[in-house]
Amino acid sequence: MSNKNLINNAFHKNGRALGSIGYFILLMAIFFIGAPEAWIRPNLHQSVFVMMPTLIFLTIPLVFLVASGEIDLSFASTYAVAAYVFALLVKNGVDPAICFVAGVFTGAAIGALVGTLIVVFRLSSLVASLGVLFLLRGVILLLTKSRSITIMEVENHWIYPLLVGKFYGFPMQIFWAAIFIIFCYYFFNKHVFGIHIQHVGDNSVSAEQMGINVNAVKIKAFMFVGVGAALGGIFTTLITYTFFPTQGFGYLLLALAAVFVGGTPYWGGLGTIVGAVFGVGVIAYMEVGIIAIGWSGEWRQFFNGLIILLALLGHRLHGERVR
Amino acid sequence: MENIIQLNQVTKKFGGITALNKASLHVKKGEVVGLIGDNGAGKSTLIKTLVGVYSPDEGEILIRGNKTSSWNALKAREAGIETVFQDRALTPQQSIVKNIFMGKELRYPFGFIREKEQINEANRLIREIGFTSKLINAESPVGNLSGGERQGVAIARAIYNKAELIVLDEPTNNLSLNETQKVFDFVLNVKKSNRSVLFIGHNIYHVYDISDRFVILDRGEVVHELNKEDISTPEELMKIMRETIIKH
Repeated sequence: MSNKNLINNAFHKNGRALGSIGYFILLMAIFFIGAPEAWIRPNLHQSVFVMMPTLIFLTIPLVFLVASGEIDLSFASTYAVAAYVFALLVKNGVDPAICFVAGVFTGAAIGALVGTLIVVFRLSSLVASLGVLFLLRGVILLLTKSRSITIMEVENHWIYPLLVGKFYGFPMQIFWAAIFIIFCYYFFNKHVFGIHIQHVGDNSVSAEQMGINVNAVKIKAFMFVGVGAALGGIFTTLITYTFFPTQGFGYLLLALAAVFVGGTPYWGGLGTIVGAVFGVGVIAYMEVGIIAIGWSGEWRQFFNGLIILLALLGHRLHGERVR
Repeated sequence: MENIIQLNQVTKKFGGITALNKASLHVKKGEVVGLIGDNGAGKSTLIKTLVGVYSPDEGEILIRGNKTSSWNALKAREAGIETVFQDRALTPQQSIVKNIFMGKELRYPFGFIREKEQINEANRLIREIGFTSKLINAESPVGNLSGGERQGVAIARAIYNKAELIVLDEPTNNLSLNETQKVFDFVLNVKKSNRSVLFIGHNIYHVYDISDRFVILDRGEVVHELNKEDISTPEELMKIMRETIIKH
């Protein structure tokens, strides 16, 4: 095989991820040039690393879902519901490890419900999940009467140091996020689940004809988003010892932006986990970098918007969807 | 030579309409049979009956000489009959190897994919059926292929699925001359490996070039059958077809 062809195939496989790595490097360069003295201070990066794991738990499962040809907005509320279940059970004296499992199951169950609703009734996933987003948030606000729950006691349980403690100064949530990334990379690229997701998102009629259960694949993708949202919610609750009812809302647009900035096209069939990680990096650094170079926080939204548009143009440059 | 499949006096009705009327068809091992007929002649119903999508109201279906009962799509696949759908059932943004193994991936425990083995097998398959371009390998995306080559991927998949008889439903539709020739080459390679092909088409020239035997269908009945040796040009086939249909 010719070299040119090897390069072509490699580009087909990795081009989108490379694009988002490019964005990340560019952004870092701009911030570095803009504020070198702020950039070498470790606390700036530390604050990014607090945010990044949560954003990774939210963003990467969304890559699976978008690749399957669907979208979900309700994850931002699922995040809070799972965290609520976790915090409420902890507060009631249940072993936090069991609470953790219960929270994750809650996320999966909500994902399954949302997925089934959308797939069985053939609803638009954008609009239906928007509905669920508000509905669940409403339920949480009603149940908690807008009051937060503090769970200081969790610190004395083994689950706390294991999940969000410090290991020789290294935050454990980064370790878990890294495990999650590696797992998802293989899950998406080398596992039947990920491969079927790509077929389904690419052409669901073909996938059906070749014996893939399209509905089941999509529902599982929604469930995975629910699990990711639950992990994000529970980790954040652990880190801050607090569940608060508006939790997660702020991540809605950031996680979606990270998916698309990360090089996953919106039309389904394709996705990149590595790209998404760098997409998360771009979004997370944007949040602190703007301040670090001495601009006001108001610029953040402006640049988030700009980078999404640039990412879309990047998709276009990378080529139209092939049919 | 052994018949892979034999349909005897098969009748299929939809409500009051008789779509197939005592139609008989057989395909031998290693032969290419061309099924021709005008639109509405019953080609599609006959094929769907053959691949088990429809079960016949009357008549019998024999697989390698053995009678079958309650014929269905699963049994047809078990008997080694694979259909290449008109739209080819491909996912164009995915690689050739992913398409060949779609829904039937080689797996390790826990659902992880035997990627190396799949790639080797896919490379072997596409070479076997006649992909010669150095620019194409198992990891090339299907979307980069031409129409004829995509048909080739679908045929390669049928071979991987252990097909003894590959049913090609209008495989040269919307293809250029060049691309049609590619599909012919693929079909000839399938034949070389002693598999059979049932080639459905309404372009007489295409069917003539590739088939060993012709079956002419009209209004749900098999009105004529002839071997390639019996005629010398596609025009002659066309003439025979027209005459039998007018008489019928």
